[in-house]
Amino acid sequence: MARVQSPARSRPSTYPGWFFLPAAIIYGVLFLLPTFASLYFSLTRWTLFNSTFIGLDNFAQFFREPFLIKGLINTVIYAVVSSGLKVVLGLLLAVLLTSQIAARGYLRSVVFFPVLVSTVGVGITFTVLMHPTQGMINEGLAMLGIKGPGWLVDPNLALISVALVDVWKGVGLATVIYIAGIVAIPQDYYEAARIDGSTPWQSFIYVTLPLCRPATVTVITLSFIGGLRTFDLIWAMTRGGPGFASDTIASVIYKQYQAGFYGLSTAGNVVLFVLIGVLVVPLTMLLNRKEGHE
Amino acid sequence: MKLLRRYWLTALAILVSGVVFLIPFAFIIMMAFKDRKQAALLDFSWPQGLHLWDNVVEVVTTRNWMLLTAFINSSILTVASVTLLVVFAAMVGFVLQRRKAKWNGLVEFLILAGLMIPPAIVPTIWLLQGLGLFGKLHGLVLVEIAYGLPFSILLYRAFIATIPRDLDEAAIIDGARPFDVFFRVILPLLWPVTVTNIVVQSVAVFNDFTNPLYYLPGNQNATVQLTLYNFQSQFNSSYNLLFTNIALITIPPLIVFLFFNRQIVAGMTAGAVKG
Repeated sequence: MARVQSPARSRPSTYPGWFFLPAAIIYGVLFLLPTFASLYFSLTRWTLFNSTFIGLDNFAQFFREPFLIKGLINTVIYAVVSSGLKVVLGLLLAVLLTSQIAARGYLRSVVFFPVLVSTVGVGITFTVLMHPTQGMINEGLAMLGIKGPGWLVDPNLALISVALVDVWKGVGLATVIYIAGIVAIPQDYYEAARIDGSTPWQSFIYVTLPLCRPATVTVITLSFIGGLRTFDLIWAMTRGGPGFASDTIASVIYKQYQAGFYGLSTAGNVVLFVLIGVLVVPLTMLLNRKEGHE
Repeated sequence: MKLLRRYWLTALAILVSGVVFLIPFAFIIMMAFKDRKQAALLDFSWPQGLHLWDNVVEVVTTRNWMLLTAFINSSILTVASVTLLVVFAAMVGFVLQRRKAKWNGLVEFLILAGLMIPPAIVPTIWLLQGLGLFGKLHGLVLVEIAYGLPFSILLYRAFIATIPRDLDEAAIIDGARPFDVFFRVILPLLWPVTVTNIVVQSVAVFNDFTNPLYYLPGNQNATVQLTLYNFQSQFNSSYNLLFTNIALITIPPLIVFLFFNRQIVAGMTAGAVKG
């Protein structure tokens, strides 16, 4: 009789719970456990062998040292600039590549390929291309009669330069995500808009933009979180320099780790974790709520 | 008139994409062909004489064939971690999608947390040291699996939802054990999304720089990305060799791109439509 009442319970072993085990053990031990441990070790002076509890001193130091605060601000600037540009350029490229122009396959491949290339390789290449005097970018600008800036050696520009390279490497991903979103919009909407006499611009604003909102949400969340966590590109290009001008939290974590300040480095990790939580959770809630209104 | 505008737009798009996206790659290849003196000029010029082979030999044999060792290490790392990642993620995705259990909510929360939370680095090193896995290739394999699981599980779960449940039940009625239901009936049907998973995660692991930098220190077991990073300071005055190295480690992703372009795009855009 029990079988009739709850067929799912009568043979629970069709979907055995131990299937979770291998993944759960690896994820639990190597990801969750360190994450919880970081909450404690960020409150200590730590040599890896013994730790002394010092309360919130690490965090106090984090918000007292000007170069650490600079790293915090830089992280947010970097994430906003790179994800903002990826959204705008990705959407424009996707609209272009789903339109009637020729050579779409070629253009799509060319834009997407940098996504798959090693970040360190891209970083080194652009460090050379951005060389203030000999670099190709400034030589090209000189041919047009423009005096190029110092890109990576100018403290005011270094962080933005790295963010621009990040956009160069990552815009292909934003583009293919937008293409998938745009292709999924039924053609009927465009036809109806055309019959009502809308211009291509109006179709874009009133049909494409609202209907590819899920793609926008994906692109923003992915690239914003990626931007906040970024380390490899900054490390390959500037190592946080000149001075501390392009340090982000992730590069600060690495520097403190190298210097042997394990507690401080872990505190940096917790700060990054909190920063992502504080910025991304409201952001996704906002993005998803607006979707509900339409 | 409209046709003319379309051609104009196409031409402009090809020109701009060429300047922005192709010239940097052309630059890498041309640098790899140059000799040291010409490469030091850092300019976009045609190589005088073909020095590619000399450069390749020098880069590969430098520091006791370090680059070759690195390629072997990176291959082992990629194959081992992606193989296990795929099997473990598929198992979780299957049970998570099929069985409505109390802890499903918790599992889903942990998956999202894994996508968002940056790994706690020094505590992980501390833990790896405690387990005797720090600086070991198999330790890094486990780390890559842990970090890759959330994304792979999401891909699998979405795909498994499209496979009818009747299939599992038919197999059970035919006398298959639950273990066989998954490994002999379901897993083969997941092949398309498995290919996507393999391709996307392989590229990610092969190109990973941060995790080997932290968890695999030392020259003995460097990966290709670490080698490139080390050469950056060593070859500071020999840009031809540095760029030969970049060209060499770009070959594997290029091959993957040529053969699996569609699967990569499918994997990376999953969720874009549904949100």
